[in-house]
Amino acid sequence: MVHAPTRPSRSEAPATQAVRRAGGRRRRSEDLTKLLFVLPAAIAMLALFGYPVVKNLVMSLQDYGLRTFFTGAAPFVGLDNYVTVVTDRLFSKALVNTALFTIGSIAFQFAIGLGLALFFRRKFPLSSLLRSLLLLPWLLPLIVSSATWRSILEQDNGILNRSLAGLGIINEPVPWLNSPSVALIAVIGVNIWIGIPFNVTLLYSGLSEIPDELYEAGSLDGATGWKAFLHITMPNLRAVAGVVLVLGVVYTIKVLDIILGLTGGGPANATQTLATQSYERSFVDFKFGEGAALSNILIVLSLLFAIVYLRGTRRAVDE
Amino acid sequence: MFTQRITAALAGATALSLALAGCGDSGGTSSSSGEAVTSLSILDYYNNEPDKSLVQKGLDACATKLGVTLQRETVPGADLIPKVLQQASSKTLPDVLMLDNPDVQQIAATGALAPLNDLGVSADGFTQGIVDATSHDGKLYGLAPVVNTIALFYNTKLLAEAGIQPPKTWDELRAAAKKLTKPGRYGIAFNANATYEGAWQFLPAMWTNGGDETDLTSPQVAEALQLWVDLVTSGSASKSVINWTQGDVKDQFVAGKAAMMVNGPWNIPSLNESPQVKWDVVQFPVNKPGQTPIAPLGGEAWTVPLNKDEAKQQKAADFVKCLSSDDNELAWAKARFTVPTRTALGPQYVKEVPSMKAFSEQVANARSRTGKLGEKWPDAAKVIYQAIQLALTGQASAQDAFKKASGS
Repeated sequence: MVHAPTRPSRSEAPATQAVRRAGGRRRRSEDLTKLLFVLPAAIAMLALFGYPVVKNLVMSLQDYGLRTFFTGAAPFVGLDNYVTVVTDRLFSKALVNTALFTIGSIAFQFAIGLGLALFFRRKFPLSSLLRSLLLLPWLLPLIVSSATWRSILEQDNGILNRSLAGLGIINEPVPWLNSPSVALIAVIGVNIWIGIPFNVTLLYSGLSEIPDELYEAGSLDGATGWKAFLHITMPNLRAVAGVVLVLGVVYTIKVLDIILGLTGGGPANATQTLATQSYERSFVDFKFGEGAALSNILIVLSLLFAIVYLRGTRRAVDE
Repeated sequence: MFTQRITAALAGATALSLALAGCGDSGGTSSSSGEAVTSLSILDYYNNEPDKSLVQKGLDACATKLGVTLQRETVPGADLIPKVLQQASSKTLPDVLMLDNPDVQQIAATGALAPLNDLGVSADGFTQGIVDATSHDGKLYGLAPVVNTIALFYNTKLLAEAGIQPPKTWDELRAAAKKLTKPGRYGIAFNANATYEGAWQFLPAMWTNGGDETDLTSPQVAEALQLWVDLVTSGSASKSVINWTQGDVKDQFVAGKAAMMVNGPWNIPSLNESPQVKWDVVQFPVNKPGQTPIAPLGGEAWTVPLNKDEAKQQKAADFVKCLSSDDNELAWAKARFTVPTRTALGPQYVKEVPSMKAFSEQVANARSRTGKLGEKWPDAAKVIYQAIQLALTGQASAQDAFKKASGS
């Protein structure tokens, strides 16, 4: 009787089945409840995120111009829009500028932000007041910041050149926003100023999470100062730093208002980025198809960074 | 409270009975097109005072005359075209639509506007430049009651101190600008930024010298660009002109940081608020004696979007016609420092508003930006402002800038 033990006895079977059935019903209604919880968020995501992305994708394959709004006709043109924007003589310049702008901004924002966060870890009088004052650039509307910086950086009467000249640091006024070779640096500088609070805030909270015991134990083993930073602070800050950097890249790569406010992409296209080009094609030239194509390229670039970030964090979790 | 409710109930009952009576009456006697048009919707971008109320006066006068009420909406200048696109796609365009004159052909080309000739409106007696701007394929799509242009403002006190007459030629302009430049003050200010505004400010020099937007690589255009380059490289104009708007230019002039400026008459109200600045206006100087100063025409046209309701469309056209009546043109021109488009009104206007003399002369020969290229004008304008930027930042010579900017 090999099969006997595996086969359920007749008297037993209905009971187990009933239990199983009841359990299944409960599980199903539980599933339904779960689904209902997810549904609002899913609908919101689809309506506010999914639809624009899909619409943008479709638009980038269409000849979508001024006329479309009146006639509704937007003929499909395949990849023509992508070809047009990629072969444009400003594309490579905009791409390089986007890279320089992003890397330059992030590197300095992060370094200065980390420095300030470490500085504020030491308790000193007024430290929390100073730390909250540091948030100011973040609280100002970007259009206000850029208008203010535009007047600060003005070549003839801007306060920066006047101060530098008064201190004897420069003899000739620096053409901050007027020279194609300086303008990008000036724009990056302003963006660094705007991004510092974000970096300080997140890195500071990351630093506060590191238990003091680690530093105490480390100091017993002789790890103080620079060594403590390298072997205790950095490894423990890795997760937060990762978030700060990836969010920083995603925010910076698409920056538009600061550049528009400061230089409008000029002088002589020196500060054109993919974002400003996309804006210009859509809302100045009314070639929405081409603008959509450029913005899709931009989305793919940010997506690449997001994937790198997700893989990085997954590896950290696995470890 | 109680009485209010009774009144409301009574009003409701009255309205209902009236509506029922209306239904009974209309049985077969009146068709939908015969219904009297009692209201018109209007969209424009005069959203700032004093323009907003000054325009409202003219609109109200015509509304009273035609027996209609108005629903007017105003939006900021930069929002008008996006708003029009939005309304076009949702089929909610207003009955009367104001458009900046260089946009008229582009919008007309989409088939959104009603040809005014078919509705009994003509532009006879209007200055030719503005008729070109508001026509497309030989049909008239809008009427501009008043227009503006740009010319050379100068600070009379500073010129008198330096013993200089207002410049009539480019050489005189270069010399005057140089002589008027002192520490903390430039001889001249203009706008050469990378927008359509920068292109517009360049047109007086380009057109006066015989340059043409259909051939931007001609020596005449290069000479005009050389004038801008000379003014900046000699230090007679700030290097910041490549970032200035026309508003910035006016601020420099009012602050005494520029002795002359290229700008339009819409600045006169704000110049009058600073009585310490004494100024006058001359036409834009010419390169060689014998040339005529030719400047671009600015100003807005009133159009009638296509409407299925023919009665309403006709009423809207009548309204647009009324806005360009002699009386309204003069009223708007006087109140808003603009030039009437009916040429016959010119002499009378200048007599009444002498400060507009130079602008009136300049308008007589002015050209519209879209007169030759139509809806292709924005492409040319883009090449113009990019070439200016290349030349003023030293990335190309005035001769090569236009070639480089057009990517050839």
